[in-house]
Formats: sequence, C-alpha cells, structure tokens
Amino acid sequence: MSDATETSGPMLAADGRPLKASLNRALRRQKLRALMLIAPLLIFILVAFIAPIADMLFRSVENRIVEETLPRTVAAMDDWDADAEPTPGEEVYFALFRDLFVASEKKIHTRLGSRLNYETTGISSLFRQTGRDVEDIAEIYEDQFDDLNENWTEEVFWAELMGDPDWFAEASTTEDGTGPDFVMKEGMEDRLPMTAEAYRTFAEFTQVEDEDNPVGENVWPLVHAMLYHDLTGNAAVDGYTGFGSEELQAAKEAAADFEGVDYKQTFLDIDEDWGDPTILGTIKVYSPTYTPGYFLTAVDLQLNPEGVEAQDEDQAIYIKLFWRTVWMSLTITFATIVLGYPVAYLLSSLPMRVSSLLMILVLLPFWTSLLVRTSAWKVLLQQQGVINDLLVWSGLINEAGRLVMINNQLGTIIAMTHILLPFMILPLYSVMATIPPSFVRAAKSLGATNWVAFWRVYFPQSVPGIGAGSILVFILAIGYYITPALVGGTSGIFISNRIAYHISSSLNWGLAAALGTILLAAVLILYWAYDRIVGIDNVKLG
Amino acid sequence: MASQPENDGFVVFDRVQKSYDGEILVVKDLNLSIGRGEFLTMLGPSGSGKTTCLMMLAGFETATHGDILLGGQPINNIPPHKRGIGMVFQNYALFPHMTVGENLSFPLEVRKISKSDREEKVKRALDMVQMGDFLNRRPAQLSGGQQQRIALARALVFEPELVLMDEPLGALDKQLREHMQFEITRLAHNLGITTVYVTHDQTEALTMSDRVAVFDDGRIQQLDPPDILYEEPKNSFVAQFIGENNTLEGVIKEIRGKTCMVRLDDGEEIIATPINVGEVGQRTKVSIRPERVEYNKERMHDDAHTIKAEVLEFIYMGDIFRTRLKVAGNEDFVIKTRNAPDQVKLKPGTQIEIGWLPEDCRALDA
Repeated sequence: MSDATETSGPMLAADGRPLKASLNRALRRQKLRALMLIAPLLIFILVAFIAPIADMLFRSVENRIVEETLPRTVAAMDDWDADAEPTPGEEVYFALFRDLFVASEKKIHTRLGSRLNYETTGISSLFRQTGRDVEDIAEIYEDQFDDLNENWTEEVFWAELMGDPDWFAEASTTEDGTGPDFVMKEGMEDRLPMTAEAYRTFAEFTQVEDEDNPVGENVWPLVHAMLYHDLTGNAAVDGYTGFGSEELQAAKEAAADFEGVDYKQTFLDIDEDWGDPTILGTIKVYSPTYTPGYFLTAVDLQLNPEGVEAQDEDQAIYIKLFWRTVWMSLTITFATIVLGYPVAYLLSSLPMRVSSLLMILVLLPFWTSLLVRTSAWKVLLQQQGVINDLLVWSGLINEAGRLVMINNQLGTIIAMTHILLPFMILPLYSVMATIPPSFVRAAKSLGATNWVAFWRVYFPQSVPGIGAGSILVFILAIGYYITPALVGGTSGIFISNRIAYHISSSLNWGLAAALGTILLAAVLILYWAYDRIVGIDNVKLG
Repeated sequence: MASQPENDGFVVFDRVQKSYDGEILVVKDLNLSIGRGEFLTMLGPSGSGKTTCLMMLAGFETATHGDILLGGQPINNIPPHKRGIGMVFQNYALFPHMTVGENLSFPLEVRKISKSDREEKVKRALDMVQMGDFLNRRPAQLSGGQQQRIALARALVFEPELVLMDEPLGALDKQLREHMQFEITRLAHNLGITTVYVTHDQTEALTMSDRVAVFDDGRIQQLDPPDILYEEPKNSFVAQFIGENNTLEGVIKEIRGKTCMVRLDDGEEIIATPINVGEVGQRTKVSIRPERVEYNKERMHDDAHTIKAEVLEFIYMGDIFRTRLKVAGNEDFVIKTRNAPDQVKLKPGTQIEIGWLPEDCRALDA
C-alpha cells in the first residue's frame, strides 16, 4: 500500500502489472463461468422468444409486399402527382399490367389485395378480378403472333430463340425434371429487353415454382405482349443472325400493323375503380418498404393519399379499447389491493403453522386450470346462475330483476380480480412478513392508537409490497386474454383480444404487431415512471 | 449504586399469572413492587418469563390472573397507548421510513402537542443523548450505538414516568455496551425515571440496577440489590446464575446454629453456613465464590477451613489468574487470584492446600 501511495500512476500488483488488469484477469474466469451457466437458457430465450418477438414487432412497420409484387408500377408511379392529374398516365397502367400478370401467374396478387384492403376496402376484390382478366389482355397479342406464324406459340421455338444454345441443347434432351437452370442467349437482353425479362421470369418461375422444364411449357402470353412492344419500339433485331432471325424480322414488319392495346382504357373497362384516385393513391402511399400505416390505424388514424386523418367514427375502436384496457386493469389492481391487503396482513401475523395452511388456500387457484376457473365464474355469474338464483331465492331481487354480471365489464373485473389476487397477496405477504411486530408495538407504546399505529407506521412499510403487487397485477391484467375473451362479452374485452383477432382471424399481422408494440411500450413507460417515482429498489417480491 | 429509593409501590404485580396455551404457566404467582425512581432489572435465562412480565406491564400481553397496578391504579384493561409507558425495544424499532426527528416527534404528535413545543422537546431529547446533529438522518444511516441512543431518546421524549427496556444493548459490541450501560443509568437517575430493564446479561444487571429480580421457571428466585444478590444468593440457581461459582455436593451431617457440617460425596467433611437447608440428612449444594478461596498460606485467615486440592490447569488472564483444581472429586473447582507481584503461579500437577472462611461457604438447596 505504501509503495502505491508514494508513486503516482496506477496501483501495481506484486508482479508489476497494473492492479486493475490483474483483477480483471482474475475475475474473467468467474465471469466466463457465470456466462457458461446461463448460456443454455440465454440461447433458448434468444432463439425461441426474443428473436420471434422482435420479428413480430418488426412487422408493425414492414411493408415490402407492395414493392415486391408491383415493382414496375411503384417505380412508374414515382412521377405521378395525384394533385395535378386524378389518374396517372398510360405508362403506369402498362407497368401495372406487367406486374399483375406475373403476380397473378404466381398467385400472389390476392395477398397484396388483402394487404391493401386493410387500408381501402374493395382493393381485394379488384385485384382478384383483374388478376383473371390480365391474361385476356395478353392473349390479344399471342393470337396475332400465332396467326402470323404458328412457331410463335411453340414452346420449343421460344426456348431455342431465347435460351443459350448450350442450355437449350441440354434442356431439350432432358426427359424428366426441370432441366438445367435457364441461361439467356447472349445479346438477347439488348435486342429485346422486355421480352427477355418476361421470358426469364417465365423460365425461372417454371423451374422454381412449378418444377417443370421451360422447353416443354406453354410460354406466357405476357412474353408475346412484350415482344410486340419491343418490336414496335426500338428493338435492334436487324443485326441478329441466330436462330429465328427470319421469324423475328417478319414479326417486326408485321407488328407495325398489329392491333395494340390501350392499357389505361382496358383497365377501366375491367373495373372503373382503376380510375379511382383513392385506389391508385393507396398503392402509391403504401409503396415504401416501411410504413407508419399500421401504427396510425392502431391509434384510430389512417394514412390516405391526402395525408393523415382521423379514422371514420364507426371504425375508431382502438383508442377506446386501449383506455378501457387501462382503466379496467387499474380497477382490477385496486380491487386486488383492497381484497388482498387484509389477507396478507392476517397471513403475516398468524403463527407459521396456521399461515402456511392459509397460504395453501391462497395458492389453490394456481393449481386449477385458468380455463376451469374462468368457466366456474361463468356458472356462478350468469343470469340463470348460482348467485342470481341465491339472490332470487332470498328475495333480494325478483325473477325479472336478475342481475347481468357476465359478458360485460363487471364479469371481466370479477373474474380477473379473483384470478390475479394471488399475485397481489404473495408480494404483499413477503413484505409484511419482514415487518417486525415491534414496530407497531413501539408505536402503541409511544401513544398511538391502533389506527394511527397502522396508518403511520405499518402501512408505509408495506407500500413496497403494494408497489410490487400492483406492478405485477397491472402488467398481467393489461395483457390478459383468455378471461376477457370468455366472460367479457363485447363490452368487457381487452386490447389483447383484438390483437388475437388480428393474428388468427383477420390475419392483419401488421396491425396486431403495431397494437402489441404500443401495449409493450405503454407497459415499459409505466415501469419507467414507477421506477422514477417509487424506485424499483423499493419493490420487494420476497 | 445510588441509595436505595423508598419503595412506594409505583408499579405493583399482585399475584400475576400468565399462560399462553392454557396448560403451562409461563409466569407463576408473581408478586413484585417497584418504587418510584427505582432501576429494577429482570434477569433470567431465556424462557424464564421475564420478557412476558415486561410485555404485560407494557400492555401487549394480558395477565391470565392477578392485577398489575401503576401508580395505584389497575391497568389490566388499559390499552398500551394509554398507559404512557416509554419502551425501548431489543432491535430499537426505529421507524425506518421516518427521519430521526420524525421518530422523536411521533409520540408528541399523537399527543397533539403544538409544533413549537414538539421541536423544543425533540431537540432537548436529542441533546440529552448527544445526538443533536442527527435530526434529519434516517435510522438506516446510523450505527447501532447511535440507533440505540435515538431509541432511548424516543422513549423519553414524551416524559413518561416509567420506562421499560427489553434487552436494549443485546445487539451492541462489548465496548459500546459498557458505555451505554453507564449512559442509561446516568440518564435514568438524572431524570428520576422509574426503569424496568430486562436482560439475560448478569454483568449488565449487576452494574446498572438498584435491585435485580432473578427469574427462573416463571418465578422470582431472588429480589435484592446487586451486592446482596452476589454475595448472599438464596438458592443454588441464583448462586449458579450470578457470577462464577464452585459447587460441592453432599449431605447435611449436622446443623449447629449458624454453621453446619456437610459430608461431601467423596467422604470429606466441611463446615458451611446453612442458608437454604432443612434438616440433617438432606442433600445440599455447597457454593463457594472462586475469589474467596485462598491457597497462599501467609494470607490465609486463622478461621479458614482447609482442604486438599490438586492443580489441573493454570490460566493467565492478565488482571487475574484462573486456576482449575480438583477438590473433593470435583474437577471444575475454579479459583481466581489477583495478579500481584507476590502471587504464586501454580503449576499443574502440584498438590496444594486451599482454604476459605465458613461464611463464604454457603449450603444451599440441592
């Protein structure tokens, strides 16, 4: 010690190394050991709990489905200003046609329809119907090419035209299976860019999704449509001398006289909703990868092409549900305090032998299935139930005046107070058990009446128990699901029931995730506030 | 000790009995009168009923039978908070959620004393225990000794006439405990407060009290000032319990006025003073204090009764020597001698002759 105080600089260990480093080295083994001990649980929790929850919460803002399903449409809509022109130009509908054709072949257009239907009703059926009709649009071109030369509907011809010669040689001789992975003929993407892209999409889809050989499958009419547009555009087929160059040259000459399609008009003919600025506006607003839409919906707002505005009154339910969840949880917490405090006090003041017996009674509900307990409340509380029967029998109420105590808020509060009561009693008991009886005795010997001794001396010391119990009960209550679902009716359900509905019935996972995130955030904020006001160190669970 | 106050029966236990379960009496027929201003200690092993007596006096336990009187009034039916008795608890029972000042102010607040008076009294009480600077501390920030002082101040701040203390120094280390013993007695005598003090520590009882009530088996075995208690124990329990004591067992052979002859179990016969023995033939325990035994022939009194002994062990304890002997078959016979320049250090194995005055050798019940 004296050496170290004489020299300035860090304290040194006997071997001359800094004492801090030596200490760290000595502690590292212990820390590693501790880490090894918790590692299995830590990994389990990370993999089975934290990661899925993080993924789930991520869905509340994730919105890739639009740009993945309609990539060209999203890009084309960039330039569209809804304020200037109510409907976008031809190029957007052309892009929509290409996207929808592929999506409908892949059968993913209905998924997108359902997703966008959360935001604007009607989009789902619009997508479903249009998905059927885009095939007809493309077939207009297919038929014309077929009339020109039957080769244009021959899948082998297409494969040899578009595919790399080596690939074609191998694929055309493959009897079973998908054949080798498709390879595009060199230069084809420059000569016929849209056709090449459409054919590549077709070939890859055929191989990957359908697990067939593109050489033996009917080519999508979309490819013909793209060929038309390439040929009537500035396709550079003149320099091409490979397989099918004659047919291409002939098609180019003929295509100029083909019947074209006015895509915008065609879409409007399919459904006039395609001219509705709201529909296309919704697609544009929800095209980014991340969207605040779910969160806005979760707080009764909606994201429109015009901006953020309040949800229609008849659809605004979430704020109301959040508040109901909070105030009912508070009521339940308060009820458990009122009912649990005297029980905990009795338990803590009785001799050990008696209190252990009573503690078993308190814990008894834990040994019964939650479902059974909730169902028992149904039996007790219903209008023809035990409690009403007793009241009628005793003459307190008449037959017509049977009380409605279930399938409403009262039912939820009664059943949940009962179920959560042990979570209040246990922390209360464990705190009260540590308050020596001498405190109350001291207060009385100092002249305090029973009430003053309790209120000024005993109660303040039991507050940490109330705090712990309240946090526990409130956090459990705010996310409770089964009991409100069974005895809550419509007026007594919680936000968690709505989350469950969106997870399992409406399949709007994004909204469920947003609601869940808000709930989680609310609990964390409450926890933080509690820590600031009461101090989490003062909370004792045992 | 201060001079013995006149016993005016300020606190009276009149044929008090207490049973918790209806089968066993924890306190059996307790009669006790405590004078105003007296410092009385209830001393006894655990389970002897001393704390129960204190709790009955404080009002936390009810007597099963008999009356407890305070200032001449029976208080059996008066709830604790109306008795106006100050109490210091074993673990101090300072309210942890209140500051020192609030703790002291508490008994004044419940008595509805005005704020200015309260502050005045709290300050005076804190100064009294030299803790004036600690008004705004929490009990947890204080050391054990400081908490002890605060507990004492709190029990005194509302100026009770009677203060009860339930092993208040049990949690302190030895040095602090001795200091606090002195402080408490000084305060009690300066303020003229009647004090009932419960302890199982005999040193504490002897140094602090005007009178000590030795409890055992639910009864007061002896109630006397400390010097009488130590020098003239009335039965073998008290003799054993208070101070160190050598016991030789035997049978009464002969009683002659103020002396008697006891035949020890190994056949040796000694002279003793009969205290608590009846007739000849009765078994007895003879009690001799270790410091009243002499082995230095030059110092031995002429009337001393002598007996042979063998030295078994010699322990040097600084201020005294402690020598363990084998006397009349008893191998736990201890003698204590002052560490003086001319004192002989006995060697284990030597045969010596020891002696004592017959007055110091008391024949008690077996």
